[in-house]
Amino acid sequence: MGGVKQFLSHFFVTGPFEIGGDVSIGLVSLAILFVLTRYKLWGWLWRNWLTSVDHKKIGIMYMLAALLMLFRGGVDALMIRTQLALPNSQFLGAEHYDQIFTTHGTIMILFMAMPFIFAMMNIVVPLQLGARDVAFPYLNAISFWLFFFGAMLLNISFVIGGSPDAGWVNYPPLAELQFSPGPGDNFYLLSILISGIGSVATGINFLVTILKMRAPGMSLMKMPMFSWAVFATCIDIIFAFPALTIALGLEFADRILGAHFFTLNGGGNPMMYVNLFWMWGHPEVYIVILPAFGIYSEVVATFSRKRLFGYTAMVTSLLLIAIASYFVWLHHFFTMGAGADVNTFFAIASMFIAIPTGVKIFNWLFTMFRGRIRMTIPMMWVIAFIPNFVIGGSTGVMLAAAPADYQYHNSYFLVAHFHQVLIGGVVYGMLAGMYYWWPKMFGFILEERFAKWGFWLFNIGFYVCFMPQYPLGLMGMTRRMYTYPAGLGWSSLNMISTVGAFVMGIGFIFIVLNIVSSIRHPVKDTTGDPWDARTLEWSLPSPAPHYNFARIPVIDSRDQWWEMKQKGMTKPDDSTPLAPIHMPKNSGKPFIMGVLFFIAGFGFVFNWYVLAGLGLLGVVITLFARSFDYDTDYYIPVDEVKHSEAAFGRS
Amino acid sequence: MGGAAILLLTGCSPQQFTVLNPVGPVGRSELQLIILSTILVLVVIVPVIALLAYIVVRYRDKPGNTAPYQPQWSESKKLEFVWWSIPIIIVAILGTVTAEKTFALTRPPEPTNNPMVVQVQSLDWKWLFQYPGQKVATLNYLEIPTGQPIEFILTSNAPMNSFWVPQLGGMEYTMPGTQMRLWLQADQAGTYQGRGANFTGRGFAHMTFNVVATSQDKFNQWVQKVKATGTPLTEAGYQALVKPSLAGVISYSSYPMGLFENVVTKDGGGMGNMGK
Repeated sequence: MGGVKQFLSHFFVTGPFEIGGDVSIGLVSLAILFVLTRYKLWGWLWRNWLTSVDHKKIGIMYMLAALLMLFRGGVDALMIRTQLALPNSQFLGAEHYDQIFTTHGTIMILFMAMPFIFAMMNIVVPLQLGARDVAFPYLNAISFWLFFFGAMLLNISFVIGGSPDAGWVNYPPLAELQFSPGPGDNFYLLSILISGIGSVATGINFLVTILKMRAPGMSLMKMPMFSWAVFATCIDIIFAFPALTIALGLEFADRILGAHFFTLNGGGNPMMYVNLFWMWGHPEVYIVILPAFGIYSEVVATFSRKRLFGYTAMVTSLLLIAIASYFVWLHHFFTMGAGADVNTFFAIASMFIAIPTGVKIFNWLFTMFRGRIRMTIPMMWVIAFIPNFVIGGSTGVMLAAAPADYQYHNSYFLVAHFHQVLIGGVVYGMLAGMYYWWPKMFGFILEERFAKWGFWLFNIGFYVCFMPQYPLGLMGMTRRMYTYPAGLGWSSLNMISTVGAFVMGIGFIFIVLNIVSSIRHPVKDTTGDPWDARTLEWSLPSPAPHYNFARIPVIDSRDQWWEMKQKGMTKPDDSTPLAPIHMPKNSGKPFIMGVLFFIAGFGFVFNWYVLAGLGLLGVVITLFARSFDYDTDYYIPVDEVKHSEAAFGRS
Repeated sequence: MGGAAILLLTGCSPQQFTVLNPVGPVGRSELQLIILSTILVLVVIVPVIALLAYIVVRYRDKPGNTAPYQPQWSESKKLEFVWWSIPIIIVAILGTVTAEKTFALTRPPEPTNNPMVVQVQSLDWKWLFQYPGQKVATLNYLEIPTGQPIEFILTSNAPMNSFWVPQLGGMEYTMPGTQMRLWLQADQAGTYQGRGANFTGRGFAHMTFNVVATSQDKFNQWVQKVKATGTPLTEAGYQALVKPSLAGVISYSSYPMGLFENVVTKDGGGMGNMGK
């Protein structure tokens, strides 16, 4: 009996925050179960969502998950900022603080930014290319469910077993068993290893989709800029994620199998981990920013009613950034004793990235120049992005100057820099994309009043929160310290920063209110083209039918839909006869595989190898079952397509 | 200007910007690069933001706007040449200075034949400083003579940390199984705050230490005093320090022979490469 009690007290984390977490998770779960049962929605959920291989639905699920994780990571951020608001604060102890900044970083990068870009890729790319789905729809569903259950595995660590607390970079030897005993760090490793499989698969999936599934006539140089950005992202995903998998796999071997790759003792070498981690880690920041660049390009052209300026230069710069991103990883550790020659190479390579990035900024500016700018919500996020990213990118150039970095490294100067590019660049981009493509996803437009409140509060809050962190870095404040003494001059700037963080939090609440109120009072998009936009997705009704295009269009220009409208067309050419449409069938296996990976991961976290083995065995059985499954596709008959098109007023 | 006003209003005195108030040649050299890079990026930031403001005001889509509207205009070789050139020039200037300084900082700031050496170990969660020339050691504080380059040799017998005294100059990591070198120098007597800059767990925030820089004479007196009044650091005492805990300031009159070298090499680490 005592054993059980002891086990439970280790298994369930106890403490005021955790019990609060337990209670809220319990209540939300009960509420979801109640709603699903009360309104008999279980079948609907299973048939329409959990088993769906439709890229649009998978995209929407990615987006919901990303928003949820933005909330979780944001709450972490507010707890961090509350702790740091005053010197010698007792709000969180070191133990909680360490866990919270670790989960904040891990969630924001891997379980917020990544699913958000995957959401945009999934929702938009096939529609922009004139395709009916991605190249491998079933694999796409597997990617999503691996991400989802990976994210769940990390999130339950808060209430079960304890969260990882070695920082989101998880550097050994700190992250090794000697210094981080217990299951916390295993949650980090397993959750990212599982979701990482999904990320690589997504990279391959979209690369193939872009190369093989463009509508006839769409040469690469006629492809919309967002799809180009996704293409560059995929190159980075495919070649960067394996490095992370290896780094974490070896650390997993250290922690679970008793190896000594990176340990303090036994001849381990932590430097190897640092190199592998950042060989993924730097391309990773371009993985999340390049799709945002793609979104800015689409939005700025649409709302300036003008062609994107310097298309060729935009493509060139995307590819230059994608490739150069592999030659800069060492700038994350100029201060780890590389020689002057190595540091110089990586310093100049890092500065080089500013050249194509600067060119993109000028091209966006000159897309607006001599255009007609409409201040819609997506456009406001784009315009707010530019000054933010110019400042954040510039401090990046300053950090690239290696000897100056010896003074900035791990200080709040660095913290301010990467938040400015990741929030000002990535989050602004994803929000712009969300507002822009929302009508295409759901058939109604998000209303403007709350959206504007959200925009202004988030923006003002951003500067109030992060601008003080640059001077804090120059005052010697380093990241990841849970407390600081009074008298260093840090207190007032920290307090200002905390106020800014809460203003951003209120901004986020307004964005959520914005979504809720728009769902309750939707402004329907009946045309499919509410923004008078330019690319192919806007030629479809909103939301797009599940087969996307009744007839695959023939492309002859970059802004295909805009040019069609210039010729007086109000809908795509429907003079050719319809043909049956070949579509993939839904499948429950990707979801089941996600559950089984979760079980295996959970087993490894607690060193319960029987459970882990059973989970992995289940994965193998699912793979076998799939390979003997020949009933994977079907044809939509012409009559059904006609009927469905007629509902949109088309034929 | 606005930024400076806000900072003064919040009660931060200029001296508290430790990175901007170097007291030695290393920190000064790094500050020059910080200032140069700031100026270079401002050359881009200010015009771009001004241009953005102008464009957004001038080309708003409102009735009666007389600004030119050219929806098909999307190429200009001349303009694109200009904005490929601007960042290239900036990167060329900054890259050149960066390269020069990166190499210079691997050498002592002033020529020296027999530099004073301090061996630094980061432990959980304390700093152990050994003076091989003086055969004394300190815990959680440093005493150095002014006006001469100090060669810090760094390692760790705990998770990686980073040795940082902002007013003397930039940081360098302490890593297990490796020794790395960092040259620093103080030209003015004073007390400067140092801290660990890489997260090492629970006690990390408390890993601060003071660096007391004094004249050579006073430094010598300090060494004599430590030898006379300090306690010896024994092997057992060292093993106690390695255990995770916080500790105050301690002066050691001696330490076991080869302590630092053993820590570096005990698990196959190399003494040969000092990184730079």
